[in-house]
Amino acid sequence: MEFDKELDARNLNCPLPILRCKKGLSEIAATQTLKIMATDPGSVKDFQAFCKQTGHELLQLDEADGLFTFYIKKRAD
Amino acid sequence: MPKKLALIASKGTLDWAYPPFILASTAAALDYEVQIFFTFYGLTLLKKDLSDLKVSPLGNPAMPMPVPMPNFVQMLPGMESMATMMMKQKIASKGIASIEDLRTACLESGVKMIACQMTVDLFDFKTTDFIDGIEFGGAATFFEFAGESDVNLFI
Repeated sequence: MEFDKELDARNLNCPLPILRCKKGLSEIAATQTLKIMATDPGSVKDFQAFCKQTGHELLQLDEADGLFTFYIKKRAD
Repeated sequence: MPKKLALIASKGTLDWAYPPFILASTAAALDYEVQIFFTFYGLTLLKKDLSDLKVSPLGNPAMPMPVPMPNFVQMLPGMESMATMMMKQKIASKGIASIEDLRTACLESGVKMIACQMTVDLFDFKTTDFIDGIEFGGAATFFEFAGESDVNLFI
């Protein structure tokens, strides 16, 4: 999956992955895609909830060996 | 029109410092407008130096301990410092943010922090003890924002 920026939030616990994600999204343009990796199992539900509430789009979620990779498309302005 | 979150932070221990800052920083990430009113012991969370925040096992039967520990042992000198040290080690090893980091995240994302003026007077705090960028006010100041908030929590 293509992305415009990549963030590493591995080994960080709630709420840091979400805070990093928010910061990362502020550094890309509207409709660009952010890739963010996390190991916090709670982040799956949290990222879904984050996207639902903010209007950003969770394009894809990959899970492999406890690593969660999210692809989030920034909402249009 | 953004949603609004109003918090009252009334506790000044290391463990209870987490909920207001976690909720406030997360709400700000969710585009909420956030205000925290710090009152009584919560006011200590606005001090420049947060290194003396402590956690107490005393009278807290739910706190997980490495070995079972009766109350009379927990009240011995040094127990509070030991519990605090162990808690800080746990926090760091689990990738949990420090209180300083969460507070900074709150400030950077525009969370407004209000120190209870009455408590400042009551405990003879000096305004120079506190971080920059906060306001001082009373109950009416809190309600000005809380009255039009979507979520109000007392912590």
